[in-house]
Amino acid sequence: MTVQTERPVEAAAPISNSLTAGRLPKSAPWTILVVAIAVAAAVFGVVSIGTGAGFNWGGALFVGALLYIPSIWLFSTLVEGRRRAMDRLVTALVTGAFLLAMIPLVSLAITVITLGAARFDADFFSMSMRNVTGEGGGALHAIIGTLFITGAAAIISIPVGLMTSIYLVEYGRGRLARGITFFVDVMTGIPSIVAGLFAYSLFAIFLGPGTRTGIAGAVALSLLMIPVVVRSSEEMLRLVPNELREAAFALGVPKWLTIVKVVLPTSIAGITTGIMLSIARVIGETAPLLIAAGFTASVNYNLFSDRMQSLPVYVYTQYANQGNPPEAFLDRAWAAALTLILIVMALNLIARLVARFFAPKFGR
Amino acid sequence: MNLKRFGVPAVVAVTAAIALSSCASNEGGGAPSESASTLAGNLVGAGASSQDAAQQSWIAGFQTANPDVTIDYDPSGSGAGRETFLEGASDFAGSDRAFKDDEIAAGGFKKCAPDSSLVELPLYISPIAVIFNVEGVDSLDLDAATVAGIFAGTISNWNDPAIAATNPDATLPDLAITPVHRSDDSGTTENFTEYLGAAAADVWTWEADGVWPFEGGEAAQGTSGLVDAVTNGNGTIGYADASRAGDLGTVAIQVGDEFVPYSPEAAAAIVDASPFAEGRAEGDLAIEIDRTSEEAGVYPIVLVSYLIACGQYEDPANVELVKGYLSYIASPEGQEVAATDAGSAPISDTLREKITAAIDSIK
Amino acid sequence: MSVTAPIKAKLRVGDLIFSRSAVFAGSMILVTLAAVAIFLVVQSLPAMAASNEEASILTTNFWAYVGPLLFGTVWAAALALVVALPVSIGIALFISHYAPRRLASVLGYIVDLLAAVPSVVFGLWGIGVFAPALVTAYAWLNENLGWIPLFSGTPSATGRTILTAALVLAVMVLPIMTAICREVFLQTPVLHEEAALALGATRWEMIRTAVLPFGRPGIISASVLGLGRALGETMAVAMVLSASPVITFQLITSINPNTTAANIALSFPEAYGLNVNVLIATGLILFIVTFAVNAFARWIVSRRKEFSGAN
Repeated sequence: MTVQTERPVEAAAPISNSLTAGRLPKSAPWTILVVAIAVAAAVFGVVSIGTGAGFNWGGALFVGALLYIPSIWLFSTLVEGRRRAMDRLVTALVTGAFLLAMIPLVSLAITVITLGAARFDADFFSMSMRNVTGEGGGALHAIIGTLFITGAAAIISIPVGLMTSIYLVEYGRGRLARGITFFVDVMTGIPSIVAGLFAYSLFAIFLGPGTRTGIAGAVALSLLMIPVVVRSSEEMLRLVPNELREAAFALGVPKWLTIVKVVLPTSIAGITTGIMLSIARVIGETAPLLIAAGFTASVNYNLFSDRMQSLPVYVYTQYANQGNPPEAFLDRAWAAALTLILIVMALNLIARLVARFFAPKFGR
Repeated sequence: MNLKRFGVPAVVAVTAAIALSSCASNEGGGAPSESASTLAGNLVGAGASSQDAAQQSWIAGFQTANPDVTIDYDPSGSGAGRETFLEGASDFAGSDRAFKDDEIAAGGFKKCAPDSSLVELPLYISPIAVIFNVEGVDSLDLDAATVAGIFAGTISNWNDPAIAATNPDATLPDLAITPVHRSDDSGTTENFTEYLGAAAADVWTWEADGVWPFEGGEAAQGTSGLVDAVTNGNGTIGYADASRAGDLGTVAIQVGDEFVPYSPEAAAAIVDASPFAEGRAEGDLAIEIDRTSEEAGVYPIVLVSYLIACGQYEDPANVELVKGYLSYIASPEGQEVAATDAGSAPISDTLREKITAAIDSIK
Repeated sequence: MSVTAPIKAKLRVGDLIFSRSAVFAGSMILVTLAAVAIFLVVQSLPAMAASNEEASILTTNFWAYVGPLLFGTVWAAALALVVALPVSIGIALFISHYAPRRLASVLGYIVDLLAAVPSVVFGLWGIGVFAPALVTAYAWLNENLGWIPLFSGTPSATGRTILTAALVLAVMVLPIMTAICREVFLQTPVLHEEAALALGATRWEMIRTAVLPFGRPGIISASVLGLGRALGETMAVAMVLSASPVITFQLITSINPNTTAANIALSFPEAYGLNVNVLIATGLILFIVTFAVNAFARWIVSRRKEFSGAN
């Protein structure tokens, strides 16, 4: 502690280098952090000896990090002045927010990977649950179902969503555009289970009661997916500088070609992120698929007839209706959850490559 | 828009291509078996999720014996199962309660012939265990009034004299009791509250219902959620399908003068000791469980889940399939599979006779 | 000669097809939404007037049933957003302006992936890992801050409270909110940033004067999407929350208000007859609430002139 407080005093001496004057040394933040954690650990240590309870490592680290934020601000104010102190404070807060958010996310990832690894084997990817009870079995039928249903949902949603956002940004004026913007927001609020009920009832009208097909599930998912596609792509399209459009128009390029060749490529990275997010948003939906696409233990490749299993429904039913031995069911549930995340990871990777291929080369 | 126009046919084409090329290793191909089963076709059922584990075993057993048959069972819930059956979207229903008299009178069962009766078969009998998580205690002997008091919140500490009175040997800690109940509407709750209301009417003044009748205690979704909540808590107590009790402590319930721990035999015994509901059509085997029975060796907290079919189907196409499947479930073999895989109680031979007669009457 | 006719652009077939299909896509959304609304209204009408004799799920009438659910939904979503919004802006800034570039793209990728974790898994994790971990924290809060009404009452022994549910919701909406904020922050014109820095601004001052004003509409979009997801989330809440039909502001007890979507999931499997309509009607109410929340958000945005490159 004394080390940092002394240095600035030296720096404040009459003859000083104006470029480095009044700055905390580079090592200062780390030193303060270590001291803060040490103080917190000492307090927790005293408490744990006092009460006889075990030493709480998580608590000590957390409180230490919390202690760091005002300390760095205080030191910086004393040495560097108010503006730099504010900068240091925000840096600490932003990094803190990031680390804080990483705790649950990392904990979740570790849980899924450790528990999912148990049944992550060849059988899991080559077998369905037909005629399987207890141990064994796999999720091939659910993987196929998820890919098909989500694929169909994407084929419906991406063109509709993308064209809508193009309309909103490039063409839309007046009431229709305002209405669509507003109603897209409303659409983001459709509870997933209501989307499922709607799709189920819609197909029941045309195909008779009790029809549960993959395509009904896909329609339910597109209801959830479209607003995300529209909202995110709209945001990205709006960020394309007008200068680019005007330059294209000035060269006599038709509007639609300007959009296809200039606007879309410029924003392709953001749009791809948005589309991937929308797929990620729906691929894990359970409730609507349980209602609209039903449940089966067998492989079904046909979107338009018979029930179709999907990974989230598989996870849910394996967890909720455990038989004997329960571990076999739980292991399958976690392995399926892991599979689902890996599928999205693969899709994400492909999308990023595609985006990189189409995107214009920027300097940044 | 172009994408969309060409997208759907493209998917269909891809679908067809993949369908021709691959198959799950445990499916299809089933070489014509020597038993030469003549049954073929698709059967769809929907209903109680309590039966799901058992249904999966029955389906597996039946499909193995009849390779050309595919049966799907949606574990969508009893209410949804009855609705689905009512609107004719399933061939049979699984339900934690039988249809009520006025529901049958109202009719409108789309799969059934206009004046057909219903065949309701109590084929899945499962004891409901009262489970708890208190360190150092594996089992407790409790009477109905104490159990009701715990769940009603009037007995709120594990060292309460009412608990100690029937458990002189147990070391009961000074720990708050957290009763856990189901947050979803469920047949398990309905059977449990019905038992409390019948056996401890002074303490438990609420009517039997699938929804927990008052605000108090902890709530958890589904059997799995409840078991998780009890397992992860400290001083927690709840009720769940006995097959899911696992390593948790369980309660032996006082019946007459003795304390009976849950067991499949004791659960089957209470069903045999109970009368059938009156005024029902032939083949409609709805049971009114006698919760206050004092017969020796009965365990009164049981869940009876029914399989429901039409007495006479409008379209005779699937009749043989329904009869075949139900007969398999009622057979000693079928009941044995469910007992191993789902921890249910096999039905007694007396009940099986009645059920077989009812199945034979399906047209 | 004195009057010049406005110059008319040549009508191109490509333009026509493209703009028409854009309008068509937009209209499709309106038609779909109208269909959903009609479906909800038709299914809900019988339930609105129902009494507890006709629909066994009701205790008195429909409005008494939907009240606590509505409160729980808005309460949980608001709590979740209060937690998630600052954190997601923080993460987005960290990735876009603080972390080293190589690390940043990896981190962005990881956060995107977490958007894909199915809600069931969040539920499993919430009930098995997260809730038990919070029990001690809740006991501490109750002991030391119990005088604040929010933390009064008996703390839950399993940690499955509305605060836990809201935190799980916050974790669930973080990835989607972060991703959008991050993309928008990254699009800030480099010239603006460099100009700010050249004027002697610290990094925070640069962010405050250049990045945040530019990103404001994006932040609002992110909040609307996050709020939509939090309001409508079904399975995770149903699995994590210990719910009762009550209205209470206490955050850490066993008795918590339920959310509408979770209640539908909990009650739907056993619903029959008019009860089904009651549940769909609660869905309609949720729909209307979302509608109102969005209108409110729009109103806030419209008070400031929206920034857009396309204007």
